[in-house]
Amino acid sequence: MLRIEYAYWFCGILLAICALLELRSRRFPQAAFWGILAICFLGGDVIESAFSAGNKIPSQFVGAGVVVLALLAGSGNLKRKSEFDDTNASRIASATRLGNRLFVPALLIPAVTLVLALTQPWLHVGDVKLFDTRQSTLTALAVACVVALFAAMWLTRARPAAAGVETARLLDALSWAAVLPMLLATLGGVFTATGVGDAIGHLSAAAIPVDSRAACVLAYALGMVAFTVIMGNAFAAFPVMTAGIGLPLLVVNHHANPAALGALGMLSGYCGTLLTPMAANFNIVPVALLELRDPNGVIKAQWQTAACLFVANLILMYFLAFL
Amino acid sequence: MNYWPLLGVAVVVAGFALRLNPALVVVAAGIVSGILSGMSMPDLLALLGHSFLSNRMLMLFILTLPAIGLLERAGLRERAHAFIAGMRRLTFARLLIAYLATRQLLSMLGLNTVAGHPQTVRPLLAPMAEAAAEKIDPTLDEQAHENIRAMAAATDNIGLFFGEDVFIALGAVLLIQAFFAQNGIDLSPASIAVWAVPTAIAAFVIHSIRIVLFQRRIAARKSNALQRQANASH
Repeated sequence: MLRIEYAYWFCGILLAICALLELRSRRFPQAAFWGILAICFLGGDVIESAFSAGNKIPSQFVGAGVVVLALLAGSGNLKRKSEFDDTNASRIASATRLGNRLFVPALLIPAVTLVLALTQPWLHVGDVKLFDTRQSTLTALAVACVVALFAAMWLTRARPAAAGVETARLLDALSWAAVLPMLLATLGGVFTATGVGDAIGHLSAAAIPVDSRAACVLAYALGMVAFTVIMGNAFAAFPVMTAGIGLPLLVVNHHANPAALGALGMLSGYCGTLLTPMAANFNIVPVALLELRDPNGVIKAQWQTAACLFVANLILMYFLAFL
Repeated sequence: MNYWPLLGVAVVVAGFALRLNPALVVVAAGIVSGILSGMSMPDLLALLGHSFLSNRMLMLFILTLPAIGLLERAGLRERAHAFIAGMRRLTFARLLIAYLATRQLLSMLGLNTVAGHPQTVRPLLAPMAEAAAEKIDPTLDEQAHENIRAMAAATDNIGLFFGEDVFIALGAVLLIQAFFAQNGIDLSPASIAVWAVPTAIAAFVIHSIRIVLFQRRIAARKSNALQRQANASH
């Protein structure tokens, strides 16, 4: 009944509101940026089903839209509004007045997501499930966000228009960083389709001494880290590195346990995710959200953990995969 | 084997090294790699468009913004700050380690989207961590505040990554299972997930130690400053 597409439409509505507000304040590059994204989210369903049916023209327009988004971001015209802080005193006054009740709507987001995710199997009327099985936890998150929005409006006595203005303020602060995770995932798809992954797998398999078990373990784990750093995603690195090194050299030649090797290989990749600006939703979006001046601030805070953990993981792989 | 599409990777590395706009670099890399693989422009645009739309779930975090935005205007971050400042026994290290443990346990249950940078770190964890650090040293400068917020974000990432891999019904474990199944090796999800447990424990221990060391550095800086003041007054 509740499908993930509804969440995408809701996203599209928020993006469209943001585009209209930017248009009204005559900030045309920003209006175009959010407007293109709004169209992608409002029409995404229709375009995707046309693609599956063999009609690629709408997808080509989206592709052209993606190029325009990149050009808008690269042109440097998406300047943020200067956030003037004259409301600081009123925020502190309101925080004192509302007290800990302010936490309730904020905590409703995790709490409602949690409850809906856990009770999902029982939420159905006859054969009609409340949540579609695809992406059901994300759908639950979307429902939780709506619940929290109503709670926040009720608590702060704000009108829906104020919610629109606040959303636009936060999106404006995020700017192009908001869309970077999608663009990076798109690049991952393009790299796979153009054979970049296979080429890297071939090259790295040709470069290692295959007779040494230790060398193969090191090459597999380091390869997972390096390729994850390049792709920004351990899921993209895993099939490439495991097909290139893990499976032929470690599982077949050195008789590694595939379950242990696979799990620990993936975790080596996660150490790489902590190190790369390509993992934008984890390392770049928070820089914008937390207003850090250093674009690599989050990576700098976590590289020591990643390095220690990689060594620990490497030792675990060397022993556990050959028990 | 056509090695030319690898130049797309070189574009990414060069673009990040030259500090060009990441969004521009990423799309340019895709186009370079597509053209060098011999793809026609219409096919490449369709691939870009389709690939972009099939990753729409990565934008869903903006659904948290209306509620979080309203609450921030009503003083949520200020309240989170005051709340922690009033709790004597809750230190910086205890706050972040408790968050790390909670985040790891939740993602082990597959509840990845319960927490995150927009929904919990920006409105709650970051101001709370700053307040907890100010209890040690009220005179922290802006750079110290940024380091603390970055540490809060790092803690969220580490908790998510090194819990997720233990959950059997989604993401990493299913990908590993599917890969080996394609290659004729049948594994049960539970048999894969169990090997992620030692690394999950190692992640918790290593990052907790780093959080404690981070807190000690704040305290050490404070006592150094006091020392200098005492010396200066002599």
